[in-house]
Amino acid sequence: MKILVCISHVPDTTTKVKFVDGDTKLDTTGIQWVINPWDELSLTRALELKDDPSTGVKSVTVAHVGGAGSEPTIRKALAIGADDAIRVNAEPADAYFVAAQLAEVAKKEQFDIIMCGIESSDYNGSTVGGMLAEFLNIPSVSAVSSLKIENGQAVIVREIDGGKETLTVPVPFVAIVQKGIAKEPRIAAMRGIMMARTKPIKLYEPIAIEPLTEYVKFELPKPRAACKFVDPENPKQLIELLQNETKLI
Amino acid sequence: MSVLVYTENWDGKFKKLSFELVSYASKIAEMTGTSVTTVTIGDMADDELKTLGRYGAEKVICIKNDNLSVLDNRNYATVLAQVAQSEGSKVIIVANNNRGKAIAPMLSVKLKAAIGAGVSQLPLSINPFTVYKRTFSGSSFAHVVLKTDVKIITLAQNSFDIIESNRDVKIEKIDVQIDVPKTQVKDVQKQTGKLLLTDAEIVVSGGRGMKSPDNWGPLVELADLLGAATACSRPVSDEGWRPHEEHTGQTGKIIAPNLYITVGISGATQHIAGVSGSKYIVAINNDKSAPIFEVAQYGLVGDAQKVLPKLVEAVKEIKGK
Ligand SMILES: Cc1cc2nc3c(=O)[nH]c(=O)nc-3n(C[C@H](O)[C@H](O)[C@H](O)COP(=O)(O)OP(=O)(O)OC[C@H]3O[C@@H](n4cnc5c(N)ncnc54)[C@H](O)[C@@H]3O)c2cc1C
Ligand SMILES: Nc1ncnc2c1ncn2[C@@H]1O[C@H](COP(=O)(O)O)[C@@H](O)[C@H]1O
Repeated sequence: MKILVCISHVPDTTTKVKFVDGDTKLDTTGIQWVINPWDELSLTRALELKDDPSTGVKSVTVAHVGGAGSEPTIRKALAIGADDAIRVNAEPADAYFVAAQLAEVAKKEQFDIIMCGIESSDYNGSTVGGMLAEFLNIPSVSAVSSLKIENGQAVIVREIDGGKETLTVPVPFVAIVQKGIAKEPRIAAMRGIMMARTKPIKLYEPIAIEPLTEYVKFELPKPRAACKFVDPENPKQLIELLQNETKLI
Repeated sequence: MSVLVYTENWDGKFKKLSFELVSYASKIAEMTGTSVTTVTIGDMADDELKTLGRYGAEKVICIKNDNLSVLDNRNYATVLAQVAQSEGSKVIIVANNNRGKAIAPMLSVKLKAAIGAGVSQLPLSINPFTVYKRTFSGSSFAHVVLKTDVKIITLAQNSFDIIESNRDVKIEKIDVQIDVPKTQVKDVQKQTGKLLLTDAEIVVSGGRGMKSPDNWGPLVELADLLGAATACSRPVSDEGWRPHEEHTGQTGKIIAPNLYITVGISGATQHIAGVSGSKYIVAINNDKSAPIFEVAQYGLVGDAQKVLPKLVEAVKEIKGK
């Protein structure tokens, strides 16, 4: 079995974002780029599956749509343990564009399980995984919190609104993963970092796809009203304030 | 032409989320000079279907087919695409919840329709069709133009107030041709009888400042008295002090209740990412410099263990219990 993990790279999750060019673009100065947290966890789970010989997982590939500037992110994934990587050499214009590029890669390389994160922490789309599956005409399972391979079959737990379902689905499929898929992200060991330097990154040129959306402007949230402090000796005051001012109690 | 809304039902019933979606769709229908058609999948009584008229639906389609009894993302997307095409819908609205997020992207590819994902307001303009959505996990918002003829919006839960606009509804029950699902469900575990975190108007949430899983009694009692759901920060669920489904934040649930009461939560960016849509935030924390006070509108600097029992008493008094 071959697993593909799709990785996006995003500003470190503690970044205070700012915008430039009349609030049309992210100000990238000083930004620390990281692998999208979900993708780090899916990679971890893919590697765990590969570590267990009973699963029959033979290789874990990572794919990324992005310019040359994102190579460090890909190297990081290789250092963590991916066997090889694919980069589609294009700026990710929108989710539809990215999914279409990834679909081209997947058609050529043939994977059994494709893993995507439930959302990229930058544009919060939650859409690439499902679009990719549809481009490939294969099933997708969303909100996956556990992925196992038992007797050659994928056994999945997904979260539904108000519960969980355990299900099976034939390969190939796209698993759109969320909390629970792996405990802690695996980190790169020294050996991994050394080895990553020699692992291959295959380059694909993009196919022509028109993005369907355009981000025209960003804004920061409106500042919230300053905090009103109540006397800690008299917590009842808090309840009274909430009752009078928010009318929710 | 119509605005099409996918109104999920829970064992044959709609809930507040369904009414938010239909109310929202009615406003867009008004802005675009058309009407609202809803579609739901499953076995539903006419009386329940009719309730959507109260929020502006004119046509309510109910589809029943055994092959749709489990959520198979592609089957659902196929059916919704068919309905959208036969209705000539130009705007399709689904909830930005687990199910909506599972279906909308596939629908987008089928119809070559742009998605505005996690939208929290009415469109800023109809021409060009510009939506307002959360980006960078709530630390900013974007104006996004959906450039295709057909548009899909996934609407954030609890972001749009219900509007009543009584209409007569036409109910249409239809069957469809659909393949046997590839997704085979073996086991279902439902959270029964518990208010869902994503549905709750008030949420009481505990962090590491609660000190021990044994200290949760008064927090849960406070939540019960307020008709609130309980939540927690990530370390709390990682430690197993509270169940995983209670974890809010960037890597947990994203919620937008009217009132979010935090107890012993520091207010890390990744936590706030999941709750910044809350109308009011309350912080109870013994450290006056904790970042949570920067986003809270009401604060109390004090020891959680001392404060919580007093809050419980105060609420009991108000509620006359
Ligand atoms: C990629 C990534 C994703 C993450 N995702 C999430 C997420 O989704 N959700 C999330 O919550 N975190 C997330 N985190 C973790 C986050 O960074 C913080 O570590 C976490 O939110 C802290 O939880 P806390 O506030 O409960 O604990 P702490 O930071 O330890 O804060 C405890 C607070 O309690 C106060 N306190 C102590 N004693 C008392 C007392 N007796 N009475 C009252 N107050 C007291 C302290 O002053 C302190 O402010 C993520 C981190 C990363 C790197
Ligand atoms: N540029 C990209 N390259 C590769 N995978 C991506 C890219 N953008 C998004 N993805 C994948 O799609 C998931 C969801 O992203 P999104 O739909 O943008 O929120 C991510 O967790 C990744 O797995």
